[in-house]
Amino acid sequence: MLASASPLIPEMATQEVQLNETLAHLKTESETLKSKLEEERAKLHDVELHQVAEKVEGLGQFVMKTRRTLKGHGNKVLCMDWCKDKRRIVSSSQDGKVIVWDAFTTNKEHAVTMPCTWVMACAYAPSGCAVACGGLDNKCSVYPLSLDKNENLAAKKKSVAMHTNYLSACSFTNSDMQILTSSGDGTCALWDVESGQLLQSFHGHAADVLCLDLAPSETGNTFVSGGCDKKANVWDMRSGQCIQSFETHESDINSVRYYPSGDAFASGSDDATCRLYDLRADREVAIYSKESIIFGVSSVDFSLSGRLLFGGYNDYTINVWDVLKGTRVSILFGHENRVSTLRVSPDGTAFCTGSWDHTLRIWA
Amino acid sequence: MKIEDIVTRIQDETEGVPIRTVKSFMTKIPSVVTGTDIVQWLIKDLSIEDPAEAMHMGSLIAAQGYFFPISDHVLSLKDDGTFYRFQAPYFWPSNCWEPENTDYAIYLCKRTMQNKTRLELADYEAENLARLQRAFSRKWEFIYMQAEAQVKIDRKRDKSERKILDSQERAFWDVHRPVVSRCLYTLPTSSDSFNHYGCSITYETISCCSVRKPAETNSDSSCFLFQILFLNTQLDRHRMKMSKVAESLITYTEQYMEYDPFVTAPEPSNPWTSDDPSFWDLEASKEPSQQRVKKWGFSLEEALKDPAGQELFLKFLESEFSSENLRFWLAVQDLKRMPQQEVGQRAQDIWAEFLAEGAPSSINLDSHSYERTSQNLKDPGRYSYEDAQDHIYKLMKSDSYTRFLRSNVYQDLLMARKKVCVSMFVINQRLSFVYIPIF
Repeated sequence: MLASASPLIPEMATQEVQLNETLAHLKTESETLKSKLEEERAKLHDVELHQVAEKVEGLGQFVMKTRRTLKGHGNKVLCMDWCKDKRRIVSSSQDGKVIVWDAFTTNKEHAVTMPCTWVMACAYAPSGCAVACGGLDNKCSVYPLSLDKNENLAAKKKSVAMHTNYLSACSFTNSDMQILTSSGDGTCALWDVESGQLLQSFHGHAADVLCLDLAPSETGNTFVSGGCDKKANVWDMRSGQCIQSFETHESDINSVRYYPSGDAFASGSDDATCRLYDLRADREVAIYSKESIIFGVSSVDFSLSGRLLFGGYNDYTINVWDVLKGTRVSILFGHENRVSTLRVSPDGTAFCTGSWDHTLRIWA
Repeated sequence: MKIEDIVTRIQDETEGVPIRTVKSFMTKIPSVVTGTDIVQWLIKDLSIEDPAEAMHMGSLIAAQGYFFPISDHVLSLKDDGTFYRFQAPYFWPSNCWEPENTDYAIYLCKRTMQNKTRLELADYEAENLARLQRAFSRKWEFIYMQAEAQVKIDRKRDKSERKILDSQERAFWDVHRPVVSRCLYTLPTSSDSFNHYGCSITYETISCCSVRKPAETNSDSSCFLFQILFLNTQLDRHRMKMSKVAESLITYTEQYMEYDPFVTAPEPSNPWTSDDPSFWDLEASKEPSQQRVKKWGFSLEEALKDPAGQELFLKFLESEFSSENLRFWLAVQDLKRMPQQEVGQRAQDIWAEFLAEGAPSSINLDSHSYERTSQNLKDPGRYSYEDAQDHIYKLMKSDSYTRFLRSNVYQDLLMARKKVCVSMFVINQRLSFVYIPIF
């Protein structure tokens, strides 16, 4: 048995050999550049964040409890988002239901049943007048919220985004008119809501993209995405170019969230760690982990000042981290299954978690 | 797999828990350890401070069947003298078990053939057996033969060994065919073995979620070339020293900590803890609090983010006859938020209003930005004014904004709130005298 097939025509053999040599050469060059980049990044690493943060006053004891429990989903809650009014939320679940709640009163205000199951992404429009959602249907649809409770929301549904694989995350930009999506097809895309037109697509991830977050700046035009290729990429929305890339996680990145100033972002991964990356230093600057934490992080978010990082984990708990000192401040129990989504409210007064135990909880 | 590292370490002869044979009434119980021993070991080995955390961790490991109580079907951990046994690596979840009903049927059938009280079927197991017999009907003979063969092999084993293996096999089935609704913890999945959106070790079938394996490294040469190009641009990037970055992060966080409700309790109260929405009503009111007004002084961005701050800044600029800068900036922000269809027209309108020859609100742009912008307008899009907007923003930041912060309009507001607070305090004091009850 020959070890490798030899082509019949000798010229083809030489060409094939040449092509393989070129590929090998390119691969080596790429690897060399990667190491060089790591070297350059490491040169400016003169101190650790937690060392400089020793002078910062420690945080006191925290009393964080579940203040509201939202029951109504008949299956795993997969995603949620806050309305800008700081009290309403939208949530989506495995059975295709999308519910809008006034979390303060725990009343359900709207409910829609999507034609597909596994609605993995949902988002509230900045105006508060619409919600977007999608999942296994590979689409992102926008539902305008009617004041008339009797009106059938599903009738006014507008299909906006079309991917070739599941929709993992969606977010409105600072307007009701554009939506940013990420998908299992390895791309992110920016869409015009009114026409459904694709405005920009973002290619660069080598596998499913699982999460995204828009930079908080009013003047910024960037966003960060995380994927199954263990990479977190920062993108320019105008050109579609990847402007920075970070690859230090050891497994899928399930969640990315900007630090409130926009100069850094945090990520949560299946490798059971959360990490902080600074855009100016162009590297990972902190890692939040403990030997006793062995289950993956599904979702992360910062408190308003950026001092605290909340992480929802697959072992049903929430770990609260001191971002500057790198230590864990608190561990919260309550959910009876995996925490799948976590977001801090727009004014930072509370955070909401959604879980596979079918409920959502508001913590403060 | 991290969980299996822990399970291996905990059974280590020298560093692990004391696994031993316990003498019981008329019999010996081989290879057991108490719940307390397990909890204590977890606390020590994983440096856990809170016993509740160790209990939680232990229960999760138990739920996956890595160890089990020898006298119960419920897979959880108790911090007492209850005896537990470790599962054989053969049965570990990482071997990707997906046992079929035939396997389960053979197992239950085998149990009925053995004349031991400890192997008597529980009610739910008897029910399952009956159901399986009905389902398999004429094929039951095959099942029976397999069960018989297994019993023959088992008989050859040493008594102690059989006790251990029987219990491990039972624990395996407790995981894959659990007693319905009695398991306190449903199974979490950790890392690799299962895909993100789905499969826990119960019989849920998740259709068509793509398996999350990164794509094979694309050997296409264009892919490598693209990467090389990207890496080269990255190498040229300017980076900031870590010490500077750390200072910056600390400064930002410390500045905002008084506004962070998790760190500093909001006034009058956090609506979620007190059930009183006054905090929100105050924030929404046209009269911003002193704390809010102070925030406008942090950066131009903060001032513009707050509608009240934006309004005040605009008023100030009007008084200086330079409001066209802010109005231009706001118009371009609006442009970027429009539906695609309307972008072209709006871009033209902005040119006419702010940049054209003899425009009513003419802004001052350097010639370079002006040239670039008029080029962009040949094919108007939502980013046509990026350069111009950037330039105007920098101008406002370094010039008008600094004057705004020193201006009477802003300072009065910053100070005025203090005066109001004091008088409110005095009024409250007076009122408290009025309401003292008379005995």
